[in-house]
Amino acid sequence: MTHTTAPRAVPAVGTSDAADAILRADKVTIRFGGLVANRDIDFVVPRGRIVSLIGPNGAGKTTFFNQLTGMLQPTSGDIAFEGESIVGLTPHVIVERGIARTFQNIRLFGAMTVLANVMVGRHVRMKAPWWGSMLRLPGVRAEEQATRERARELLRLVGLPRRVEDHWAKNLPYGDQRRLEIARALASDPKLLLLDEPTAGMNPGETAQMTRLIGRLRDDLNLSILLIEHDMKVVMGVSEEITVLDYGERIAYGSPEEVRRDPRVIEAYLGKGAASA
Amino acid sequence: MRGMLGRILLFGVIAGVACLHLGMVGMVGSFQERTVLDLSMVVEDGGVGLGFLMPFLAILVIANRAAAPRLQEEVPTGPGRRLLSGTVAGAAGGVALASLALLADSNAAASVLVNARPPLANILWLGLEPVPGSLMLVAGGTLAGLVGSALVLLPGLAARAAIVAGLAVLLVALLEPFLSVILANVGLEFVEDLVYARGALQLPAAVVIAALAGGALYAGRSGGALRGRGQALATGSRANLVRWALLGVAFVLLLLLPQIVGRRLSDVVTQVGLFVLLGLGLNIVVGFAGLLDLGYVAFYAVGAYTVGVFTSPGSPAFAPGLPFWVSLPFVILLSVTIGLMIGAPVLRLRGDYLAIVTLGFGEIARILVGSAWLQPYLGGAQGITRIPPAEPFERAPESVYYPILAFCVVAALVAISLANSRVGRAWNAMREDESAAEASGVNTIVYKLLAFAIGAAIGCIAGAFFSAKIGTIFPNSFNILISINTLALIILGGMGNIAGVIVGALVLVGLPELLREFEAYRLLIYGAVLVAMMLLRPEGLLPSRQRAAELHEESEEEAGEGEQPTAPTSRKPAEASIGP
Repeated sequence: MTHTTAPRAVPAVGTSDAADAILRADKVTIRFGGLVANRDIDFVVPRGRIVSLIGPNGAGKTTFFNQLTGMLQPTSGDIAFEGESIVGLTPHVIVERGIARTFQNIRLFGAMTVLANVMVGRHVRMKAPWWGSMLRLPGVRAEEQATRERARELLRLVGLPRRVEDHWAKNLPYGDQRRLEIARALASDPKLLLLDEPTAGMNPGETAQMTRLIGRLRDDLNLSILLIEHDMKVVMGVSEEITVLDYGERIAYGSPEEVRRDPRVIEAYLGKGAASA
Repeated sequence: MRGMLGRILLFGVIAGVACLHLGMVGMVGSFQERTVLDLSMVVEDGGVGLGFLMPFLAILVIANRAAAPRLQEEVPTGPGRRLLSGTVAGAAGGVALASLALLADSNAAASVLVNARPPLANILWLGLEPVPGSLMLVAGGTLAGLVGSALVLLPGLAARAAIVAGLAVLLVALLEPFLSVILANVGLEFVEDLVYARGALQLPAAVVIAALAGGALYAGRSGGALRGRGQALATGSRANLVRWALLGVAFVLLLLLPQIVGRRLSDVVTQVGLFVLLGLGLNIVVGFAGLLDLGYVAFYAVGAYTVGVFTSPGSPAFAPGLPFWVSLPFVILLSVTIGLMIGAPVLRLRGDYLAIVTLGFGEIARILVGSAWLQPYLGGAQGITRIPPAEPFERAPESVYYPILAFCVVAALVAISLANSRVGRAWNAMREDESAAEASGVNTIVYKLLAFAIGAAIGCIAGAFFSAKIGTIFPNSFNILISINTLALIILGGMGNIAGVIVGALVLVGLPELLREFEAYRLLIYGAVLVAMMLLRPEGLLPSRQRAAELHEESEEEAGEGEQPTAPTSRKPAEASIGP
């Protein structure tokens, strides 16, 4: 819908050279007792691309996301970010490395101001030690000021007006909360942004705006973006590559057109019989 | 309509029961010794005792609640009905009082209800005959109900001004023994003569105080609204100047306080100071970082006992006899270590679980210091005696007041600096949503430990001064009530707010110390106040408002009966309410 750049040649999984991939998951498997939530998932996010992860409910998309961000640890397999394994790292270290995320069910800091929410996101890029904050050293105050400016910039970037910056985050309208969550994630200067259903619960107008925003973020901030999405229109419009999960396994991979035509995908979404029809 | 009737009946019953209760537990009788209002100008030898006043104050509050708009009202209740429900509640209270007086006068139930004896009837009837006395009680109750419910109908600001005026009069009247001492100390005896007579507030003075307090609030609030309307920029620097000037005056007053108030009150003030210190420390753990710690007394004990062991020549096994100030760094170091030790195992616990475990830690601390095992070092049940004062400050409250004040100021500054920094934001984020904080890059483990450590450091300083002030410490000084009191004062004052901690300490620690004659009923009143607070104003007296609230105060005021500007946790519709 909005992206104008023609899809570049997509490196096939397992063959692309490491320099091209910002994130590479290799045979990631996670078990919860007897349940295998992700089985042998290979996955690559090429640098500078918008990549989507889709699949029916319960396919294991968010579980996969949680392993990328360190909230869950894979049972086996490896996840490499910028060529280095991030398995076993805690979430805040992964944020520091350059992966930021949003949540499917928005998780803002409700009783903090909009501006403070974004400033928390900047936490890993600030250097003030706790005793420096306690003594209000000049350097700490300068950093605080710079952080505030940067947070305002980000709010502007995601399209939140200046006048809401002192509102409580929980009082924002739904769509603005989604934007705020993105601004908070961006504040950590990520190289890879993970968005978990960023248009869930939005009306068509808001969805279109959000789709445009995602495209713009990639272009303006030089980000790589990984998207989980239910809304096929968003997925097809904005992403350059799509991976489809079903029952914890990767069943398809390719450009939007390829995926749309893939009988296994149609089957997963619409049921057996639909594919042959 | 039936719901309406039920509600009127319900509040009538509440008012009646409250009045009976106050009379039967003996509060009316024993509080009567305190005359609050001197009416000798109007009636010969007349004075209103607190005991007599008490049930009517209760009626006032209950009637106000009866008339207040409810949460989910399908049809807004008209002003007439609101007045009616309040008035009926008041009348019911009056009838209950009259019946109680008749019962007491007959002395029929004295064997069961020990307080229902003729003297109670005499108090309630104001010495009148049974019939006019009873009529007067019913009429008085009805009138109190009418006034209480009428407050709901006033516009928000006016109602608040009226409430503040009433509270100011009550406070000045109740604190007569102390205020008269203070006035005498600063050489203002003539003011004292004007305000008080025969130990009670004089009527004209009461009117003046009410007008001053109400007027000040009214002027302050409407002025604030004006500033909010955009004239702030021009007057910004001047407002700043005024603020600094006020701060300066407050500072000088604080410095001179012990000289002004005398020994007895200084003692109360230092007691409040210790709890302010405890409150500031616990506020970092609970208010900022959201870690519900019910065993905070452990750090108070560690501070007190470490000072005791290090400084007292009489400490059992190990008595280096260090000066107080030399031992203080060790105290802080040890307390922080213990804070980290307590913090580490509970890092993965949240909410209720954390509360239970810390509760256990608090009890362990008390039991350990009193145990036979540690008796050779900590003195067991005999405690540690002969702890020297914090030289050059003496043990006397007028003197030890100063270092406590200094540490309160330092702790408050530290708390304010941290609150508005990377650290404070990380804590708040953790309090709001731990996983999201972690996913935003906050190392939650480090920040939890930091909160515990700083909280421990501040708490142990309070303990250290407690030790130096009192000179002898026993295990029983460190019971769970200290933890609960500290938590209660934070909640009462307003979670997460520095000024709230100070106000909370004044109300919960200062007032009970001042009103010693109510000692027997202390816990009863305490409990009632906490329950009332949770019902009427769960966010505390001074909720921590962020800039948003200040910025939007104006629109709140204009919205009419704004109870308080954008209180974050307020779950009630805007309304005028009795209560602080």
